Amino acid sequence: MTTQSQTSSVESYINTSPLYALQLKKMALYATVTLFAMLILMGFLTPFAYAVVTASKSEEQVKAGTVLPYTQETFTYDGKELPLLEVPQPDGTFRIMAGLKLMRGPQAKNEFINPSNTEEIFIWEGNWRDLKQIETLEIHLWENIVQVWESKQVNFPVMIRNTMAIAVLGLIGTLISCISVAYAFARFPIPRKRMLFLILVSTIILPSQVTLVPTFAFFSAIGWTGRDAVGFAPWLPLIVPHFFANAYNVFLLRQYFLTLPKELDEAAMIDGAGPFRILLSVIIPQSLPVIVAVAIFHLVFAWNDYFMPNLYLLGRDDLKPIAVGIQQFNYVFDIKPHLLQSSMILGLIVPVLIFLFAQRFFMRGVVITGVEK
Amino acid sequence: MEIAQSSSSSTVTPTGKGFSLQRRQQIWGWVFLSPWLIGLICFTVLPMFASLLFSFLNFKLGDPGNIYFNNFGNYEYLLKDPLLGPAFMSTLKFALIALPLSIIVPIGLAALLNSKHLIGRPIFRTLFYMPYIVPVVSSAYIWSGVLNTDSGWLNRILFDLGLGKPNWLFDINLIYPALNIIGLWGVGNAMLIMLASMQGVPTELYEAARVDGAGGLTIFRRITFPMISPVVFYNLILSVIGIFRYFEVPYILKEGTGDPGNSTLFYNIHLYKNAFGQQDMGYGSTLAWLMFVIAMGMTLFLFATARYWVYYGSGEQA
Repeated sequence: MTTQSQTSSVESYINTSPLYALQLKKMALYATVTLFAMLILMGFLTPFAYAVVTASKSEEQVKAGTVLPYTQETFTYDGKELPLLEVPQPDGTFRIMAGLKLMRGPQAKNEFINPSNTEEIFIWEGNWRDLKQIETLEIHLWENIVQVWESKQVNFPVMIRNTMAIAVLGLIGTLISCISVAYAFARFPIPRKRMLFLILVSTIILPSQVTLVPTFAFFSAIGWTGRDAVGFAPWLPLIVPHFFANAYNVFLLRQYFLTLPKELDEAAMIDGAGPFRILLSVIIPQSLPVIVAVAIFHLVFAWNDYFMPNLYLLGRDDLKPIAVGIQQFNYVFDIKPHLLQSSMILGLIVPVLIFLFAQRFFMRGVVITGVEK
Repeated sequence: MEIAQSSSSSTVTPTGKGFSLQRRQQIWGWVFLSPWLIGLICFTVLPMFASLLFSFLNFKLGDPGNIYFNNFGNYEYLLKDPLLGPAFMSTLKFALIALPLSIIVPIGLAALLNSKHLIGRPIFRTLFYMPYIVPVVSSAYIWSGVLNTDSGWLNRILFDLGLGKPNWLFDINLIYPALNIIGLWGVGNAMLIMLASMQGVPTELYEAARVDGAGGLTIFRRITFPMISPVVFYNLILSVIGIFRYFEVPYILKEGTGDPGNSTLFYNIHLYKNAFGQQDMGYGSTLAWLMFVIAMGMTLFLFATARYWVYYGSGEQA
């Protein structure tokens, strides 16, 4: 990129040495590959743009059907809102005028008035729909989001509370159990450890449906789900299983623990520290990056999970997290795309922000579990 | 039980103190392992046996006083179930597009992002990954807007190009491509894993191949693909399982109705409707086990093919 000045057309015209040709070819290659990637990326990001643009429209703008949130400028005359249009004048110029009587058809006689002098009436023959409308960009994103947030039908503040409670309580369980199990796999002489670890990893590809029906029947039998469940009990099926470790996170933590030097453990042990002390004061302080990764994984998973809350919180609208709640919102505002897309933005903003701020931890974790398996 | 057995087989060290330390360490190991072991038994092993048992029962959750063995009644119903055939067909039609895409697209994107001619690689990587983080509900509804017949952005472009206004989500022939487009939005995770794997290929291999005069395609076929094949294999297995678990996007967009014409009645939606809609624990478990057997069969088949195309070089970790 530092050679940019050298590749300007004049210099490359003068300098015909083969080295310059090679450099030019290289630049062209950079440009082609990068432009191609940008083109695909645009396709990937278009849905985000669609959501934001649609969520920025007012109801009238949605009805008007333009791509961007444009509003037709009007002029109030005699109690009526007249559209402002660019009208061609006899001298070939254009003037902004308000359509007083707009007729159908290609050769219709349309009457316009001058907004600054309403006495002046101008007649133009032709299809007025061909005339350029005077439009301004009006963004209603914030008021739409506020309207969604304050809507009576779906209680967003309560949904956020529910999501946070489920996510944080599950996070506590995930961290305690996965760190403990990974510690066992990384540091202790357990018989048939390799086989046990293989069983752990293979649970990743076990189709969960085969355990789902009896688990649901069990939680139902002990009163942890259903319309009659007491208090916050329907949250328990979404939280309690996380206290029993999961393969992805154990794998990730174990891989990290294995890279920590054993000498520090042994030194602590000689100083009389027990296994719990070693875990708390030697292993965990050295593993903060990977623990952060596990925490982010869990928070994003819990925020986004749809299937389990939808199943276990059926009929308990007061306990539903946002992922399930915004779907109900769709029933209420089915025909109002701007409010629907505003609610979708509310649903995705937290995980996307968490990801953008912690992407390094996040992506490194994905790579370790994905590649080393 | 396990503890007693293992301690007797452990090597006896000369000093009694060493023996007790080894044994103490072992007990601590089981203690730290216990959350997973208890979970494995309570949330995996026992439920698996229970659902096998359920599949031989007449068991409706709403009628707990009326549970009895109906022998192979549920399995006989598999043959009579008028919606099981459509559910299989939908899943198969979806899989025929989704499976190849789930491998080709992440490899292609990873190859693009791995190109040394790409400027700003980290930014591309982050932005391609980002849609994967979007909750499935949001991505389903955002796409239902983008694919909307009249106001959707895709059809605005197609219409301007003179290609008409396809009815993406309501046409039996277009619903599978449409669902696959939505699915591909979340390709970032697989892409990232493939990319990391490609970056792990030793550069000496590429240099050696170039010295031998190999072109780009040959290098990909002879070096890159074999070197990343374990990761491709892992992703393929996850994709196969994922096809059987496919549920959320069609369920959210079609509210589980299977419209248009049962084309979105995927296997897992059929299972869900029986097990939780009808609360038929017996037949639901039967469907779950059928799915489990088929999915395991396909996984074993893939493992059997692995030795012909998956390369486990000396550099791979166990």
